[in-house]
Amino acid sequence: MSTWLQLERLRFAPGERRILDDVSLALAAGRTVILGPNGAGKSTLLRLIHGLLRPHGGWLSWRRPLSQAMVFQKPVLLRTTALGNVIYGLKLKQPDAAKCRRRAEAALDRAGLLHLAAHPARLLSGGEQQRVALARAWALEPELLILDEPTASLDPASTREVERIIKDIADSGARILMTTHNLGQARRLAEEIVFIDDGQMIERTAVADFFKAPQSAAAKHFLKEEIP
Amino acid sequence: MTELDSGFTLARQLLLAGDARLWNIVLLSLRVSLTATVLACLIGMPLGALLAVGRFPGRRVLVVLFNAMMGLPPVVVGLLVYLLLSRAGPLGAFGLLFTPTAMILAQMVLITPIVAALTRQVIADAWQEMHELLHSLGASRLRAAATLLWDTRFSLSTAALAGFGRAIAEVGAVMIVGGNIDGVTRVMTTTIALETSKGDLPLALTLGLILIVLVLAINGVIFAVRGWSERRWG
Repeated sequence: MSTWLQLERLRFAPGERRILDDVSLALAAGRTVILGPNGAGKSTLLRLIHGLLRPHGGWLSWRRPLSQAMVFQKPVLLRTTALGNVIYGLKLKQPDAAKCRRRAEAALDRAGLLHLAAHPARLLSGGEQQRVALARAWALEPELLILDEPTASLDPASTREVERIIKDIADSGARILMTTHNLGQARRLAEEIVFIDDGQMIERTAVADFFKAPQSAAAKHFLKEEIP
Repeated sequence: MTELDSGFTLARQLLLAGDARLWNIVLLSLRVSLTATVLACLIGMPLGALLAVGRFPGRRVLVVLFNAMMGLPPVVVGLLVYLLLSRAGPLGAFGLLFTPTAMILAQMVLITPIVAALTRQVIADAWQEMHELLHSLGASRLRAAATLLWDTRFSLSTAALAGFGRAIAEVGAVMIVGGNIDGVTRVMTTTIALETSKGDLPLALTLGLILIVLVLAINGVIFAVRGWSERRWG
């Protein structure tokens, strides 16, 4: 595994608040899950990497620029059909309407939603909405897919389906970088765990080692709090 | 009491008789105010969206200005448009004063800030919800503004309605630039003002009733459209 992104003393501190404090971190795995308590700065880290926020200090050094897509905790869908939402993402980069449509339909199919293509997206169930958002991201064929707690408000069946899609996207060659509070999900999806706490980078550990014997006291404490 | 009673009786007769003069006034009112509303939406909605989404110097000042201009007194707008269109004014050469076109222009000036300010509010809320996604997908701010205008189209019908309601109900601006000329620039509100001051209540009452019914009907239609759209698109 070679490093595809190096973060150097990344700092994000709007106003008086300090959200990320000199985070240095090398990302090398194909599937990385960022863990940490609420308010640790996980979402902010994802947004800095995706370019939605600008750091107040430090820098990101990409081995080579990667095309990216991001899926948010709450699926943000336009008032059109499920297919229309996937097409919208493609249309901004691909002017050929027929090609957009074919790729969008293929992505919906892979997300198991082709039968709902003509359905108004905002009237779908929470799980289906998140799968539309995943299909929209997948259709862009990103080299890096960033997901911010993608199953935070989903039931177990929807969560399983979303995890299946994330795995398929990873298998199609995209790097995955995500956050979750679901430790079982982290076990299932991650190759490496990055643990951050209170804006500080604490440890980066292979997934099996992390759950067996985390290196830091903070991570040990974090794992102990899990309800079995 | 008796005056009001006989007024209503005569009003009913006027309505049932299909009085041509009456309907011409109603139709001119609708033509002027609907055209003004369409033009105000064409200008005010993109403007409001850019004020919500754009980042340029003076944006905050413009937002405050448009919000303040929502309360412009119609007579002042009428006076300004009058000065513009009067023979000595900058647009005097077009000879538009005392025509329906002048009235459309005045009402458009009156309600464009209303449409723009209400649109800005709707789009700002939608932008709050969607700006990360739109950035993530690589949409430019211009593209984002267009996307949000379309996405909030049903909410924006309320902005158009507010503009139309203000236009169809105002007297001052159309009175000044239209001149209230019988058969040419006389609309419902100016007729009501004139006939009431002359003491001819039946016509004034009839027009007043029609005005209320119209406003209610249009409100009802927009309300129904919004309800339908929410069930259809969420």
